[in-house]
This record gives sequence, C-alpha cells and structure tokens, in this order.
Amino acid sequence: MATKIEELGGVGVCLHRKEDERFIRGKGQYLDDIKLPGMLHMEILRSPYAHAWIRSIDVSKAKALPGVVAVITGQDLAAHNLAWMPTMSGDTQAVLATDKVRFQGQEVAAVIAETPYIAKDALELIEVDYEPLPAVVDPKKALEPGAPLIRDDKPGQTTNHIYHWEVGDREATERAFREADRVVALETHYQRCHPAPLECCGCIADVNPATGKATIYMTTQAPHAVRTVFAMVTGYPEHQIRIISPDIGGGFGNKVPVYPGYVVATAASLLLGRPVKWVEDRTGNLISTGYARDFHMRGELALKGDRIIGLRVKVLGDHGAFYADAQPSKFKIGLFHICTGSYDIPAAFVEADGAYTNKAPGGVAYRCSFRVTEASFLIERLVQTAAYELGMDPAEFRRRNFVRKDQFPYRSALGWVYDSGDYHRALDLALEKLDYARWRREQEEARKQGRLIGIGIASFTEIVGAGPSHTFDILGLKMFDSAELRVHPTGKAVLKLGTRTQGQGHETTYAQIIASELGIPARDVEVQEGDTDHTPYGLGTYASRSTPTSGAAAAVVARRVREKARKIAAHLLEVSEDDLEWEPGRFYVRGAPEKGKTIQEVALAAYTNFPQGLEPGLEDVCYYDPPNLTFPFGTYAVVVEVDRGTGQWKPLRVVAVDDCGVRINPMIVEGQIMGGLCEGFGIAAMQQITFDEQGNCIGSNFMDYLLPTAWETPRFELYETITPSPHHPLGAKGVGESATVGSPAAYVNAVIDAMAHAGVRNIDMPLTPDKVRAALEEVGLAE
Amino acid sequence: MERTITVTVNGKTHTASVEPRLLLVHFLREVLNLTGTHIGCDTTSCGACTVLLDGVPIKSCTFFAVQADGRRITTVEGLARDGELHPIQQGFKEEHGLQCGFCTPGMMLVAKALLDENPNPTEEEIRWAISGNLCRCTGYQNIVKSIQWAARRMREAPAAGR
Amino acid sequence: MYPARFAYDVPGSVQEAVDLLGRYREEAKVLAGGQSLIPLMKFRLAKPARLVDINRIPGLNVLEEESGVLRIGALVRHRDVERSAFLRDRYPLLASAAPQIADPLVRNLGTVVGSVCHADPQGDWGSVMLALDAEVVAQSTRGERRIPVSRFFAGPLTTVLEPDELVTELRVPQPLARPFGTYLKLERKVGDYATVGVAVHLELEDGVVRRAGIGLTSVGPTNLKAQDAEAVLIGKALDDDVILEAARRAASAADPTSDVRGSAQYKREVVRVFVTRALRQARAARAA
Repeated sequence: MATKIEELGGVGVCLHRKEDERFIRGKGQYLDDIKLPGMLHMEILRSPYAHAWIRSIDVSKAKALPGVVAVITGQDLAAHNLAWMPTMSGDTQAVLATDKVRFQGQEVAAVIAETPYIAKDALELIEVDYEPLPAVVDPKKALEPGAPLIRDDKPGQTTNHIYHWEVGDREATERAFREADRVVALETHYQRCHPAPLECCGCIADVNPATGKATIYMTTQAPHAVRTVFAMVTGYPEHQIRIISPDIGGGFGNKVPVYPGYVVATAASLLLGRPVKWVEDRTGNLISTGYARDFHMRGELALKGDRIIGLRVKVLGDHGAFYADAQPSKFKIGLFHICTGSYDIPAAFVEADGAYTNKAPGGVAYRCSFRVTEASFLIERLVQTAAYELGMDPAEFRRRNFVRKDQFPYRSALGWVYDSGDYHRALDLALEKLDYARWRREQEEARKQGRLIGIGIASFTEIVGAGPSHTFDILGLKMFDSAELRVHPTGKAVLKLGTRTQGQGHETTYAQIIASELGIPARDVEVQEGDTDHTPYGLGTYASRSTPTSGAAAAVVARRVREKARKIAAHLLEVSEDDLEWEPGRFYVRGAPEKGKTIQEVALAAYTNFPQGLEPGLEDVCYYDPPNLTFPFGTYAVVVEVDRGTGQWKPLRVVAVDDCGVRINPMIVEGQIMGGLCEGFGIAAMQQITFDEQGNCIGSNFMDYLLPTAWETPRFELYETITPSPHHPLGAKGVGESATVGSPAAYVNAVIDAMAHAGVRNIDMPLTPDKVRAALEEVGLAE
Repeated sequence: MERTITVTVNGKTHTASVEPRLLLVHFLREVLNLTGTHIGCDTTSCGACTVLLDGVPIKSCTFFAVQADGRRITTVEGLARDGELHPIQQGFKEEHGLQCGFCTPGMMLVAKALLDENPNPTEEEIRWAISGNLCRCTGYQNIVKSIQWAARRMREAPAAGR
Repeated sequence: MYPARFAYDVPGSVQEAVDLLGRYREEAKVLAGGQSLIPLMKFRLAKPARLVDINRIPGLNVLEEESGVLRIGALVRHRDVERSAFLRDRYPLLASAAPQIADPLVRNLGTVVGSVCHADPQGDWGSVMLALDAEVVAQSTRGERRIPVSRFFAGPLTTVLEPDELVTELRVPQPLARPFGTYLKLERKVGDYATVGVAVHLELEDGVVRRAGIGLTSVGPTNLKAQDAEAVLIGKALDDDVILEAARRAASAADPTSDVRGSAQYKREVVRVFVTRALRQARAARAA
C-alpha cells in the first residue's frame, strides 16, 4: 500500500526520471542537434607549439576557398577590444592569440564556412609563421629564476608566479610540530586530468541583426553568470543577451568556464548577421578546455602517540598559461582548506603558490568540488601513511582521530564549521559490509602463497553548497540560487531554477521537493532551467551545489506558496487559517477532517475565488542565500589484487557508505555515487595528461587520455547512513561529487596496502602497471 | 565527385547525393536529421556514434556514408515501434541506466544486437559487449541492470523485442 | 573529424581492384574495414587521393582450411575469427587473440588482413602471424606474389608491398597435431594498444616441442619474431629451465622504447613474464 508521499512522488521516492522520455527515444536536444536557418559553421585553428611568437598570419588562401564566409584572427578581434577576456579568477585570457601562443592547442584563428568540412579544409590553408620559444612545463622550473616568461602580456608580471596564499595558524602549527614525537610526510602530485564529458563544448551564437537580440545556445553549467560576464566584457546590453543551455551531455565542471570559441562565434555572428555554430572536437576539448587538478602537494602530520596534533601543507598549483579556474573569489585554491578532512586536528596551516606554465588553463574541474578532491586525497593518503609508520591498523588510526559525533557543529582549525556528521558510524558500516576482518586474514594467507592483496580505506568529508554570501562570490556575483514556482489554475505547476542539470536528474528531483512540500504530484510539476530569459538568476550547477542552494530555495518557495494557499483554503472553507491542518496535498479543518480542500482546488480558487484584498494567483520566488555549506561524508573501502609480474591491479570489492543527509531521490543519488566511484577508479588507475619537454600534449585524445570501460570498472556496493543537515530546509546535503572526491584515495590506499608490509609508502597517480611494478621491484616483490 | 546512394534507415529508404568523404554519422545527423546518434570523440574510441549496420553494431564515425549504399541501418530512433518503447528503452528507464543520456543511444543499440543473439547474457557478457562504449556518468552498473531488465522482459514476451 | 576529399571506386572483382591499383598506385589506398585508415584520414594524417573499396568483392571472406593451410581472406573481420568454433580447437592462438583486438565495435568491421597490412608495431595480428609462420598472398596486374610474414614488415607502418599490390589472403600452415596457442596482451584498458603483447604457438608431440612460434607486439619498430627463444624450445620438454631460458631470450629479442606506457626495461620484463606464463600454461594444458 503506497503512502501519500509515494503516490505523489515526494522526497525519498525512487521516482523514475521524467527526462528519460526524450533521451531514450534519441530526442534529446543537445547543442549540436540544434539547427537554425542560415547557420554557419566555425572551426578553430590551434597552435602546434607550446610557446612561440606569431610573426605573421596569412589567411588569404583560406578566405578564397569557396564556401568560406569569414576568417577571424586575433588582430581582427583586437580592433574591437575582444582579443583578450577576463577569467573567472581575475586574470585575463587570450581569445585568439595576438602576440604569442602560450600553450599547444591555443586558439589562433577561426574559419566560418557553410559546412564544417569546408571550414576544416580552409584551416589547412591558413599560413602561420611561428617563431618557437623555449617552453616550460614543470611549475617548479617555471618559478626558477631565468625561466621563460610566459605572461609578458601582463604589465608588471616579471615571473611566472601567480599567487601566494595562506590559511590557518602558522605559529600554532609550528608549535605542534615542535611538540610532536613523530612527523609523517607525504609528497604527491595529483596528476593533471580532464573531466572529458562525452559531449564536447560548443555554442550557436545567433545575433539577430533586426532586433539586436543575441541568443547564444551554449553548453554551460552556469547560464546566468555567463550572460552577466558577456555583458560586462563586451558592453552588449545584458537584457539583449539570452543564454540558452540546452540538454547537456555531461558537465563535470568542464562546461563552467567561458571559452574563446564562445566569444569568437558571438563576434562572428554579430559581424555576419547569421547564426554561427561552433562545436569543438575531442582533441580541442582535451587540449584546451578546463582540465582538472595538477597540484603538487607536500603534507605533514605532527603526531603525539596515535593522535594527530598538527597538519602542515605546502601546495604548488600548475595553472597553465592563464589563471582561469572558476572558484569563489576569496580563495585562491578553492576549498582546499577542508584538508583537515574528517579528523579533529587542533592546529593546521596551508600555504600555496600558483605558477604559470605553457599548458592550457584551468585546474578547478572534474567534480573536484573546488579543490576538495585534492584536499581529501592528501589527508587520506597521509593518514594511511601515518598508520603504517605507527604500525597501527589504518581503520583504528582513523577512529582515534575522527571528529566525534558530539563535536558537531565542528569548527575546524582552518575555519570551516562542519554542520553534521557521524564518521565512526560510516566507517564501521563500511568495514562491516566489507567483512574487513576476513579480508585481513585473506591478505595474510595470500601473502604466504605469494599473492598480493590490499585493503584501502578513505573516510572523506566533503564541503558543498557554495555558498553563503558573506564568504562566497564568483567575480563578485554572490553564490545564492533560486526557485520560482507558479501553480496553474488546473493544479499543475511550473518550477524554474537558476541551476542547470547536465544529467543529475533535476527535472525529477526538484519536482519531488514540490510534491512533498505542496502535495502536487511530481509528474504535474514541470521543471525549467537553462534559459536566462525565463528562469530566475542563479550561479548554476557545479560543486554539488544544486540541492543545497536551489533545492533549499525550492522547499522555501513551496512553503511560501503553501502559506498563501492556506489563506485561500481558509476562505473556501470559511474558517480561520489557525483552524486548518495540512497533510500532503490538502488542508482540512481541525476536528472535522472530512472538510477540506485539495491543493488543486485551492489553485483554481487562486484565479477564480480568492478572498478580497488578497493578490490573485499562486506563485512565489525565492532567492536562497545559504547560511552555511553542507558537509556530506562517507567511507569507501576497496580490496585489490596486484599482479606481481605486470604491475596490473584490479579491484575485488568496492564498498561505499555515503551520508548526504536526506536523499530526495535515492535512485538518483546512487547513480551519482556510482558515476563518481568509476571516475575515482579511472583517476587512480589510468587518467593523466602529460607534456614532453617541448610542451607537446600527451593526452589530447581518447587513445592517450584513457577512460575506463565497463570491462575494467568494478562493481560497487552501496550503503548509506543519514545524518541530516541541521540548516538545510530538507536536511539534504549535496552528493554529486562525493565519490570522485573520496574514492581515488581508497583505490590508491588499497594498492599501497598490498605492498606496505615491504615498505612501499607511495606511488603517484595514475597507478599504471609500470609504476606499480617499479615499486614492487624496489622492495623485491616483483615476479 | 558526389555519389548517389540509397540507404534504408529504420525501415525507410532514402536516396541522396553525397561526397564520398561524408562520414555516416554526419549523413544521419545532418542529411537525414536523425540527431539521436551522437559524436563524442575523434579517435573511434567512445562509441557514442554506434548504429546497427544490417543488425551489427558499428561506429558510424568510422564508416563513410557511401559504404552504406544498399545497406540497412538502425539508429536509436528506430527502436520504438509505432510509439511503443522497445523493452531495452524501458529497461534503461526502469533501472536508471542513463543520466546525461549522451551515450545511451549507442548503449541501447549494442544491447539490442547482444540480446537478439544471446537472450540470457551473463553480467560478464554484457560488460564485454558494451566495452566499446564509454559512459562518463553512470559507472556502468545501472546500464548492466537495464540490459538485464530488458533481457528478462524479452524472454517473458518475445514479441516485444523484435 | 572531417577527412579531406577523395575519389572513390567500388570494384566488383579482384581483377578490377588490381587494375585500379595498377593505374593509380601511390595515389590510391585500399579500403576494407577502414578501422585503421579512416581514423588517420579524420586527422588528415592520411590524405589518399583515391579509395578502392574492396568490400563488395565476392570470395574475399574465405575462412577455411584447404590443401594444408588455413586461408584467411581479406574481408575476414576480427569478429569472424572471434566467433569461429572450429578455429578455437585448431588454431587456439587465433581464437585467443581475436577478442583482444581493439573493442567489440571495431572488431565488427576491422579485418585481419587489413591489420597485418597496416603494419603497426603495436598491432596484434602481426605478432600472431609471425608466431604461426603465416604467408601473405598479394595480387597485382603482374600476377601473384607470396611473402612470408617474417619478411613482410619493413618498418613502422611499412611493408614490402608494392603500391599496385592487393593482399587477398593470409595463409596459415595447418598444425601437425592439436596445438597450444595463446596471446597475452597487456593493455591499460579495452581498446588500448598493447603495452606489450606476446603470441605463443606450440606444437608438441609426447611432451616435446616440435614447432614453436613467438611473436612480440609493441616492443620494436615492427612486430618481432623471437627466433632465438623459439630455437631453444625445439626438441625439448617444457621444463622450468627451458621455460626460463626461452623467456630470457625473448626479452632480449625485444627492442622497446621508453614512453608513457613504461620504460624499455619494464616492457622487457613483461615480455619475460608473459612468455613464462604462456609456456607454463602450455605445460599445464598438456598435463590436463
């Protein structure tokens, strides 16, 4: 017998997704599916060099090719002050190169033609005279005196140093390290990887010459912010810009930045008076768009007995040629200072430096939750290392140092107030489901037979829901988000939000919130996102922020609408508001429950029979400024077997316990977690973008940048604990990135655990077979 | 330089004049306006462009339209019949086998070819069959469950999955 | 993503095809599966002026034994080998290698002969054919030429074929008795090229090796035949020291480069490990 909430499809129900209907029929409307009359196609010419002067560009042959309508260079854009644009981190970035190219793959020119085939033909006819310069691809070398200066375009920039940033109490931390009876250190490079959503980036810019309205279809996770940035950069009036984010084939942070292609296509459309479509190819995506990570980290734990008394971290961030990552403006390295993780560490200090290198710009992407992937990885690898050094079981060491349940809300030494958590419970559940004790015995037995089995744990604390206006803004825009609800006379509703789904199931989950709060069945609520002309302002979907911000806004706006509905119901039932009770979907008179009005009846009345003096209609909008972030957490436990001959390893078990508070749609939540566990596996096992000494990019296509298939990807066993967020209206936290944040360390810890008894402590990701075998050889374990 | 080709797509025969260099995926998307077949890479690695060529799954980005002359192609748009969903499509919805939906058409067509030949595949056989199709969102587990759901449904009601 | 323009012919017979190749020579490329050629054309790393599409030529998909050899026609797809029940028994090395080529979709179109002609040192079939002592049959307007695979590869992506020659089949000598064969491939994921691949073919009689073939993938400028390793096995039983020596020699025969997949030394180690494992497998299979 279904409950009312189940019937309505409310919070907690595993409702099938409404958006599936079009996707399973092949009727999604992704960017490249859209065709406009008169549309032209743009292709971008990219630099083969990582660092070179541009002596000249000759586009005459390209222009002469039949079917070519225009060829645009940096000089053309410079005439309109568009050759450079601001980045989301307060730097500038070249749209099309003018003086120099600064990374291999950088945009140099664009051809606009009748077909993309012709555009590609024309690209081959553009003659660029490059004068190659020495390239620098190592951020340490980039900071050495005498290194080639990359950003000579910036007045006053005399080195490749971008920022120095500190957080925490340096004195207290130094003191802790002096008092420590043991210091455990780990140096590791979180490798450069890339979100690589299956759909590449692109746009269709349609500047209407008659009306002046610029409609830009764009693969963007943050349409409103992009509109405002466009307006500020180009001077084009904001009300004449409409950004439409259609169906997006995966974002993962790759579709947050404003890319040169978008700007050039818009300029071209303005120039030519016709729509211009630009869709990058996979090589363009991997070689030039927002990569992720590339953080060189050194972490140290100060230990007294089995307690961590201090954490000291030094970070060198490799930012490529332009400091262009999208993150809250106050924080140079995002939310990295969550790096005390799940542990009660009294003193901590982080210092970070950023460097330019001859690589593509980016850094904050790929479900990193604003650098939380890096932070979580570091602390979980440090904690594992400390356990080995102490000769302690890694699970027990974690237990001794976890923030305890009674300590919440917990203020960390680096300034965060964790809202709620129960780390011991998540760890215990994970180990119980794994049958930890049995696997430790298996490990022993296997070792005797010459086989290597390892068990890895990662107990992560995430920080999502950016964020409260007192701390969070991107380019000055505060990071609230929004929900606008309108109920129609026949009791159906439309809900519009400032976020933008790229597969996370918003069309379903937001409707479920309305179903629970207002009693309108989820199937009767249409969810709209992505069109800046028709949705309330918001900062978009990334960093797992949608549920914490717009999800909260949806709950709040539904409650506001319910309060107005109560007035109308009271009017209809001829009682006072105080005499009414509410059950999902219905007001009824206290003491006479058969006398009631459904929300549908109230909706109709809002247009046909509302009390005198009350404004007609039934709608409201909420701009939600979250009071705090939310802190999902969990424990992942992985068992692997390592091949002593080849260095290959494979997961035998992956157990995941996640706590993201109240789960609006548990099926969708689990889908997010499994996706993240797969990404974590890929990151740990095979994903990286590297460069040779000349700055040639190795990893600019899927033959070199490896993504796991269904064959390598392990099976996941998912469990949950539920510790609601005390400040979120639904008790929900975000979850989209938890598994990508937390799982790489679990896989790595597992492989290391297989060899730790012989003294192996670290292998940098990705743990490719050759690196694993090298570690085995070093300790005499190789076959 | 153009050649006239006749291709049957989802049961409907089309005649068109195309350049030999036109890739089959572009023919489907741009000439026939069937945009359910997607493009995800440029190295024949991702499988988003999968279609059935005489019932056999191929990557349509690595096949010229002219090669399809006289052949039969099935795209995702050809899975449903008279508006009724194929059990595979139903399975993906039942078991949350898609998130962004971009890899889904390819996955479903590979599943169709698999189930047409092997109505009761093991999990290993399913994972092996889809190992040429990348997904970035789901971690594959629910895709496997979706295909298993469809296999069960098709075994129960064979007429549903022709 | 967008190849350059080309002219396109669809010959209906081998004669028509070789006539075209005879006329256009270097300007023309043969299109069979296209799973190696078309990706290169999409990056414009290959810009043939003309494609000769042989997919409509009847008889080129022959896959059967005849007069002491297994004939593998030019249109035999990887998938055909993968699905062939009789090959599993008679040619276990072929059956072992086929499922490991690329991915299932590529296997539906790509051809064995095409892969061998592409001559990528990272290609798997070349090593398999070296281990099987196969022979290439090439046709042209000048007649037929038979080239042992051991003399077929001239360098990376280069064979001894003339521009006017069309390979119509590969011929694999029939085994004397029930052979052992396995292809061990270290790939970082499905669809990756081999970091290292080892093809082993053995024919044993009463536990003694009569014929041995060892082919190596991705550890040289071409697929390599580990002849010294093969030699040490002939006439011997698969004892531990014989296996050790064969593996050691195979590793020495390898000439890998260091790259993102690993150091040259690492790859040699994997050759040694794989040859050891394959020979131990053969011994265990014989014991079973």
